[in-house]
Amino acid sequence: MFPELNHLLNTTPDRAEQGKLTLLCDAKTDGSFLVHHFLSFYLKANCKVCFVALIQSFSHYNIVGQKLGVSLTTARERGQLVFLEGLKSSVDVFFRSQEEPHPLQFLREANTGNLQPLFEFVREALKPGDNAEAAWRCPVLLVDDLSVLLSLGVGAVAVLDFIHYCRATVCCELKGNIVTLVHDSGDAEDEENDVLLNGLSHQSHLILRAEGLATGFCRDVHGQVCRGWDLGVLLDSRLLASVPDSRLHVGVLLGLRACLVGAYLQMEVV
Amino acid sequence: MPRPFHPEGAGQLSVTPSESVRRGAERELEMLESLLALGGLVLLRDSVEWEGRSLLKALIKKSAACGEQVHILGCEVSEEEFREGFDSHVNSRLVYHDLFRDPLNWSKTGEALPEGPLGALRAMCRRTNPGPVTIALDSLSWLLLHLPCTTLCQTLHALSHQDSCPGNSTPVEPVHVLGLLHEELHGPGPVGALSSLAQAEVTLSGAMGQASAHILYRRPRQRPTHQTQWFSILPDFSLDLQRGPPLELQRHADPHTPPVDPTTQLTFNLHLSKEEKEAKDSLTLPFQFSSEKQQALLRPGPSQATSRIFYEPDAYDDLDQEDPDDDLDV
Repeated sequence: MFPELNHLLNTTPDRAEQGKLTLLCDAKTDGSFLVHHFLSFYLKANCKVCFVALIQSFSHYNIVGQKLGVSLTTARERGQLVFLEGLKSSVDVFFRSQEEPHPLQFLREANTGNLQPLFEFVREALKPGDNAEAAWRCPVLLVDDLSVLLSLGVGAVAVLDFIHYCRATVCCELKGNIVTLVHDSGDAEDEENDVLLNGLSHQSHLILRAEGLATGFCRDVHGQVCRGWDLGVLLDSRLLASVPDSRLHVGVLLGLRACLVGAYLQMEVV
Repeated sequence: MPRPFHPEGAGQLSVTPSESVRRGAERELEMLESLLALGGLVLLRDSVEWEGRSLLKALIKKSAACGEQVHILGCEVSEEEFREGFDSHVNSRLVYHDLFRDPLNWSKTGEALPEGPLGALRAMCRRTNPGPVTIALDSLSWLLLHLPCTTLCQTLHALSHQDSCPGNSTPVEPVHVLGLLHEELHGPGPVGALSSLAQAEVTLSGAMGQASAHILYRRPRQRPTHQTQWFSILPDFSLDLQRGPPLELQRHADPHTPPVDPTTQLTFNLHLSKEEKEAKDSLTLPFQFSSEKQQALLRPGPSQATSRIFYEPDAYDDLDQEDPDDDLDV
């Protein structure tokens, strides 16, 4: 995890909030470093994590996680991490008999109905266990990412319904957190993606938006992260982080500027 | 209530602090009451940046305070989260129809509302209680994403016109329907259809952290009226009206940089002296048709004969008296 991002959000693994939906959004840049941050953050916070990873393989996340101080292999072995590797298990959908629905069952269906099997998988993964010795802090659902579901033929409303049910179960019933990444198509005029992004923005407690720099490409600084809170309060802070592709190296925090622009507060002011 | 008498301020209008609070409360009552005065649909259009659920809850609190029973079709937030912030009196008058936990009946435990969202909406049309009722739909966007637009519009129309059903001899109190709509999720067609059903339409926006509501009233047999109101909502969901936009917007010019006069350092003269100005003003323009010119044209005088042309040909000029166009057979 990145300490600067923790400082920006005024949180540490010990004091993680519960019952929140965090929306990660990237435009003209790669926001996956935020996913890696939250994965390592919640593993260090001793939470039970269900990671629906549709973009990269397990070994990729494991390598990045090791640089951030967590071992996904260990976490998976001791039951803290439930990992759905989309790239590998999507093949299983076609080569196994259909006794019970597979989480990625929608890949088989010509008319993609809904993501109920995926929701059942998440609910099963995060339901509180019977054994008393594994006392994890709170359940966390991490999805990387939701935009790829649109590319796979699932409708925006079906994805919104999936997150709706996850929110009802994980956030409200189990008092856990959800972190999900959606790409912003920007000028590409992708209506389904815009409906998904705006619909999730209305439901989120925290929106982290990673943008490319307006002036173009820079070797040391790859973009900026803006943060916004729902409930009518907008805190605007800029974090310049350098994340080259080959190695994870967080650059120096430059020019943190926070200005309070709202009036209706339900949280303490940074 | 008689105005308090100030002996030292005789002849002046002075407003005590309690009076300004009372006037503010009156304006607050005006905005919420005028929205709730008409029966029918009140459409709250919000966006990601300016959320509308707080205003919806303020209207619900106002209705409950007036003694109405409030039915809420909750699709987007849980019942605990929705009831948060209301006092016990308001909460006792709220009936929350839960479409949040299991709207599509995925759990198959039988806890979900039967017949789904449309059934729940239609059930609200059949009400047995003749007293005043407010129905809040949180949100219309969720219903619009899951139901066909035409079905939703027809059901909303039936919902908001329950007092005019035929065969009903006893007069029924008008129904207030409050609908929250997230503008960016829908195209202009469905939004326009819902907007045409609404008796009042509130569009939320703002500037510099201050929220504003642009209200469009469509009273029957009257011209639609617009009103813009700046407000903020307090944690107990009462409304605090502001006088106008925040002060930073009202400052137009930057007082620190003085305006630069571009005519100070020119190589030519742009200014006129007093005599030059007088001469300029008294000049008659050659093609301006004034009364003097009209008289001169009507009475051709001897002055016309004085205009002559003096021509001195140059050494190399070829004076040919023939008309060069003479051979043209036009």
